[in-house]
Amino acid sequence: MLASATQADKVHNILFAGVGGQGVLLAAELTALAALRMGFDVKQTEVHGVSQRGGSVECHVRFGPRVWSPMVTPGEADLVVGLEKLEALRFAHFVQRSYGTILVNDHAIIPGSVAGAQETYPFHAIEFLQQKSYRVMAMPASRVARDLGDGRMVNTVMLGAASALIPIPEETWLSVLESRLPARFRDANLKAFAAGRVLAAGSA
Amino acid sequence: MKRELLLGNQAIARGAWEAGVRFAAGYPGTPSTEILETLAHYPDVDVQWSANEKVAFEEGMGAAIGGLRVLVAMKHVGLNVAADPFMVFPYAGTNGGFVVVSADDPGMHSSQNEQDNRYLARMAKVPVLEPSDAQECKDFVKLGLELSEAYGAPLMLRTTTRLAHHKSLVSLDEPQPVSRRTFTADARRFSVPIYRRLLRPQVEERLERLRQYAEGSPINRLEAGDASVGIVTSGIAYQYAKEVLPHAGVLRLGMTHPLPTNLLREFCSKHEKVYVIEEGEPFIEEALLALGITNIEGKARFGVIGEYSPERLKSALGLGEAPHDHAAEIRILSRPPMLCVGCGHRTVFSSLRQLKVTVAGDIGCYTMGALPPYEASHTTFCMGASIGTAFGLERAGEERVVAVIGDSTFVHSGIPSLVDAVYNGSHLTLVILDNSTTGMTGGQPHPASGRRIRGEAAPKLDLAAVCRSLGVEQVETVDTWDRKAINGALRRALAHAGPAIVIAKGPCQRLPEMAGREITPYIVDESLCTQCEACFKVWCPAILRSESGFPTIDPVECTACTVCAQVCPTEAIYPAVHLHAPSQTSAGTP
Repeated sequence: MLASATQADKVHNILFAGVGGQGVLLAAELTALAALRMGFDVKQTEVHGVSQRGGSVECHVRFGPRVWSPMVTPGEADLVVGLEKLEALRFAHFVQRSYGTILVNDHAIIPGSVAGAQETYPFHAIEFLQQKSYRVMAMPASRVARDLGDGRMVNTVMLGAASALIPIPEETWLSVLESRLPARFRDANLKAFAAGRVLAAGSA
Repeated sequence: MKRELLLGNQAIARGAWEAGVRFAAGYPGTPSTEILETLAHYPDVDVQWSANEKVAFEEGMGAAIGGLRVLVAMKHVGLNVAADPFMVFPYAGTNGGFVVVSADDPGMHSSQNEQDNRYLARMAKVPVLEPSDAQECKDFVKLGLELSEAYGAPLMLRTTTRLAHHKSLVSLDEPQPVSRRTFTADARRFSVPIYRRLLRPQVEERLERLRQYAEGSPINRLEAGDASVGIVTSGIAYQYAKEVLPHAGVLRLGMTHPLPTNLLREFCSKHEKVYVIEEGEPFIEEALLALGITNIEGKARFGVIGEYSPERLKSALGLGEAPHDHAAEIRILSRPPMLCVGCGHRTVFSSLRQLKVTVAGDIGCYTMGALPPYEASHTTFCMGASIGTAFGLERAGEERVVAVIGDSTFVHSGIPSLVDAVYNGSHLTLVILDNSTTGMTGGQPHPASGRRIRGEAAPKLDLAAVCRSLGVEQVETVDTWDRKAINGALRRALAHAGPAIVIAKGPCQRLPEMAGREITPYIVDESLCTQCEACFKVWCPAILRSESGFPTIDPVECTACTVCAQVCPTEAIYPAVHLHAPSQTSAGTP
């Protein structure tokens, strides 16, 4: 958000970060669609390397009355949503220090292709970010998704939690989920989304 | 009017469809691939993946002089492959509208180099349009086709990665009916080498008429602002400039070749200082300097390497440093790319590493063979270069040289090199990694996969028969997941006196028929496991380490490729009898 911008022309900056295969892109797309339903100008972009799986993925969503760049600038994100601890740490500096929040799934995915990764993985990433005075909301989204029957819904749980912090009404989110998700996954994902909202309320 | 969030690439496809494009061709390449993939979903358009970009361009050229509206799409280096027709086509000029999309990749997210193809367009005397958002991606395709027909000019639409891969709002229109233009067979127009001197002047005349168009075109848009600072910009960089300097005067160039020289002179004379903000090389900047305009600043301030961003502009303008990550205080492990679970390339690189050969690699997922843990690919340059490079290394005196190329890349540009290697008496070993797809760009069919872009069956090129027909006597096709078979075939190939080929065959795990099949995942029997680490050295992302230190295999990710079971000395890895339910898995495994 530009220093000169007033609340009326506020652009919302959200960055989703995770590991390829976690559904980061879908969470970002659903957010962009929800913002679109609200009548906002919306831009979205993703950055990922050559690997389809296992690489670091970042996805930027910006919405407001008028959006220029599709990319969020470091230090200006209202919300950084980390679907994995190391990825939340990697993109933490994108968050706006005075009012931004880092939502993080308290779950580690150790990079398989890095020698010695098991020993050097920053398992204390969340504590580190808290020590650095970031506003951090950590939640066991992977466990919650698993308890709901499918660990792959971690993206929906995190999106549910994020939705509680994004100024878009719940019914708009639900209608986007219903229209975008295939029928056979719909009910389970709606539950995952609701569980995420409960998690956000619990850690607020 | 209906509005949708579209990728830049999707908007280009939509624009082509709305504007009545009837033929579209290309070869997959990041960041251009989604253009043809999207266009294939629209009816009434003849869309295809071609064997390579040169072929695609020439097919498009034929369709356009034949009177159709045509779109061809490729990444920046693809246009190098198509450069031959690209340079000559303007001499003849087109009949039906012809737009070639060049998707440049500043930042080299998925490319071997940075290359600003506006220079190629200038060399070819081809006009260039540069959209700044998805709406303009759609609109400029339509405008480009109209200009192409009005001026007889083949035209380039230049995108960069962020434009191609961002989504923004696009208003959708109905397709317009466009009928085929009359084609007259006319050697004086289309037999360029014969009538080159006759045709040459019209190239210059056309460019001058296009320059006059550029002077008054609404896509070269003036936005009033402060007199102190002006910005000349194009493409996605326009968005960054507006974000960072909202009060500056702006000249947004939608057409960057030929440039509107009068407009530029006038704009620059009205501002004390002018920033030239363009992704890639100083293309506009150099033109301004050539016009004698000196109150400008471009690459010296903003840099020439990599992608632009608002953060970068802010920092270059001294408007504040964005915060950095915490890598100085805490270990932030990287997540380098790795071969997918069950990827058939793994066995080949393990074997090549073990054989201690010199490997000339090629372009595809298998460039990762150069990285740890394999480090078994020693050169990679461009599409098809493996065979020629291996040949040259052999001539330089290297023993035991192996070229490694994928099936799609072999068809793209490997075949002439193999013809040459046989003809000129090479004894190199060539491995063709035949995974039945163009894997790295997301799995597009090709002539040896037996499918076309819409999934329909097509004649299937027989790679082994091709190799034999070129005069290679030693050709073996082996199951790529069979370690012993791969190793044996490689040893026989290396021992063979003449050129020898190993076709390592096995479909890409990302292909729908592979991803969707029922499999019995493998499990680790902890009562037999001695924690010898052999399975970890397969470097399969599905093999994880449990807290007790034993290997454990993610049952959802496992593709039952069997490679870990083949390396286990105690037979502790075998198929699970019962299929594990997805609910028992951990989330987001790598």
